[in-house]
Amino acid sequence: MQPPILELTDIRKSYAIGTSVETEVLHGINMTLSSGSFNALTGPSGSGKSTLLNLIGLLESPTSGTLRINQHDTQNITDAELTKLRGQNIGFVFQFHHLLPAFNALENVMMPAIIHQYSDKQKASTHAKSLLSAVGLADAWHKKPSELSGGMQQRIAIARALMLTPPLILADEPTGNLDTRAADDIFKLMKQINEAQGITFLIVTHDTKLAARCQNRYHLVDGALTHPEDFTSENLD
Amino acid sequence: MSFSFEWLLAIRFLKEGRMQSWLILAGVTGGVAIIIFLTQLINQLQGTIIDRVLSSQAHIVIKPAEETTIRQQSTFVTSALIQPRGQRLRSIDQWENIAQLARNTPGIKAVSPVATGPVFVRHNLASKSVALLGIMPTEYTKIVNMYRYMVKGRFDITGDQTVIGTDLAKDLGVTIGDRIQITTEDNQQQNLTIVGLFDINNKDLNKRWVFSNLRLAQTLLNIPGGVSNIDLAVVQLFQAKQLAQRLKAQTGLDIESWMESNSGLLNALSNQTVTNNLIRIFVVIIVALGIASVLVVSVVQKQKEIGILRAMGAKRAQVLRIFLLQGAIFGTLGSTLGISLSFGLLTLFSLIYKSPDGSMLFTAQLDPKLAIMASVVAMIVGILAALVPARRAARMDPVQAIRS
Repeated sequence: MQPPILELTDIRKSYAIGTSVETEVLHGINMTLSSGSFNALTGPSGSGKSTLLNLIGLLESPTSGTLRINQHDTQNITDAELTKLRGQNIGFVFQFHHLLPAFNALENVMMPAIIHQYSDKQKASTHAKSLLSAVGLADAWHKKPSELSGGMQQRIAIARALMLTPPLILADEPTGNLDTRAADDIFKLMKQINEAQGITFLIVTHDTKLAARCQNRYHLVDGALTHPEDFTSENLD
Repeated sequence: MSFSFEWLLAIRFLKEGRMQSWLILAGVTGGVAIIIFLTQLINQLQGTIIDRVLSSQAHIVIKPAEETTIRQQSTFVTSALIQPRGQRLRSIDQWENIAQLARNTPGIKAVSPVATGPVFVRHNLASKSVALLGIMPTEYTKIVNMYRYMVKGRFDITGDQTVIGTDLAKDLGVTIGDRIQITTEDNQQQNLTIVGLFDINNKDLNKRWVFSNLRLAQTLLNIPGGVSNIDLAVVQLFQAKQLAQRLKAQTGLDIESWMESNSGLLNALSNQTVTNNLIRIFVVIIVALGIASVLVVSVVQKQKEIGILRAMGAKRAQVLRIFLLQGAIFGTLGSTLGISLSFGLLTLFSLIYKSPDGSMLFTAQLDPKLAIMASVVAMIVGILAALVPARRAARMDPVQAIRS
């Protein structure tokens, strides 16, 4: 069995409100994602989903607890090392796609490679084009985000998250902004990538129907995980 | 390290905020153009003024030490009134040695012994008080280029020939070929033939100067073999004072540079320079504030994109460099355009404003040193102005940036 891609042990996160009062939003989260799994994180608004996702995405640091990502410890490392670890291991898909409006679809997909100063531009471009055709947008490579529909923009965002072939993709409400049909398409696309490439997904969603179609489901209420339900393959689809 | 990511983002972000980019570029261009235009204009006009003032005078004049009355020490007299002594026309002691010393002094390019003193000049009924200038033409013309000012005849003072100014010729009613009579204070008389008329752009000198050869003047002024002063020209105009002081210390003679005899002019010029420097400083500050404010706005507008870039693994230093590059781009492009614009302004100005006599007040030139300096300053100012917004962008927390 492969080692887990993500291990959270007793993760706590507090925010200072005002000057003296501290509020704990996550109360000791334990969570292990096995490599190649397809996971959903659900929970009501304000339950701490986004905070947990930011911690896993190394965008924020926990107040206490340990977080191991792809065998790497994330405690006591510098901001630059965190940035590097994030770039190499995590792909992000945001609710509002967050493409760069000044760049066309192909450039947006290539952006992670550009950030990491890939020397072989040609190879990066070819890879980005194959990713665009994998998400069904091979013909739209030259279009700016503003010329594309919400569903298309989200596909580009997924292609971008795949650019550096990270072992883990974090998706924050990837279908939250889409109509039912487009949402279903995006979900199927992610599942397909997960099955074909073995990339681990963690999807934050409000949509219980979509969550029910995931392999593992984590439910967060008031900053604590409750009844992690396992779904058998029969429940899928 | 390759900066391709930073370049790509810097340029795309600038293109995206096209209006802002053009406005600030126009601001930098205008600022650089004003600085170069003003500096070049003032430098050139100052150069022209100094050139005109110094074209008819020596940079340094050596004269005999003033004669003073020395009080005899006495034990009985406790106070005494000492009358200043009148200064008679005297020759410089050992002037050949002094001239040689001056010639051997580095920084001095011409040495001209002159015998000059007051005389009367007569023609028919007209009589004028003038200054007789006995000179060695080859030496003197290196200091005041008389050939340039000749309007009639030639500058030739061999034998009993003379050259006078156009205004004196008009007053006396004479022209080339006429003879004028010189009378000295001890009533020696000499007839001279006019062979040339000059106009030195100075009415007073045109009325006063009467040239003769050195030997003749020495005889008439009763200082046989002597000279009343030695005129010097220097290589570096603004070294004149220093060189004069050095020679004074070496010889003990009365030595004055143009900088002391024209101190009013020098004061005016240095005030002009101070004003120009103030204008330059304020323009630099305004341009820097302009760049900084545009970039601050840009950082706020781009914070979401900065957050995404950071989430995708962009380092803080990379984000910092994007905005520093933008500052440098504004500085470099702005200074290039500003230099061209200032040259256009200078050309236009030189065509519009002319001397009273219709000649060019100055020709449009661009000191390459000034242009390079302006470009370097513009780039540094651009980067420094971008520093605050760039640091702000780099420090941005990706989570906050994306959520905002």
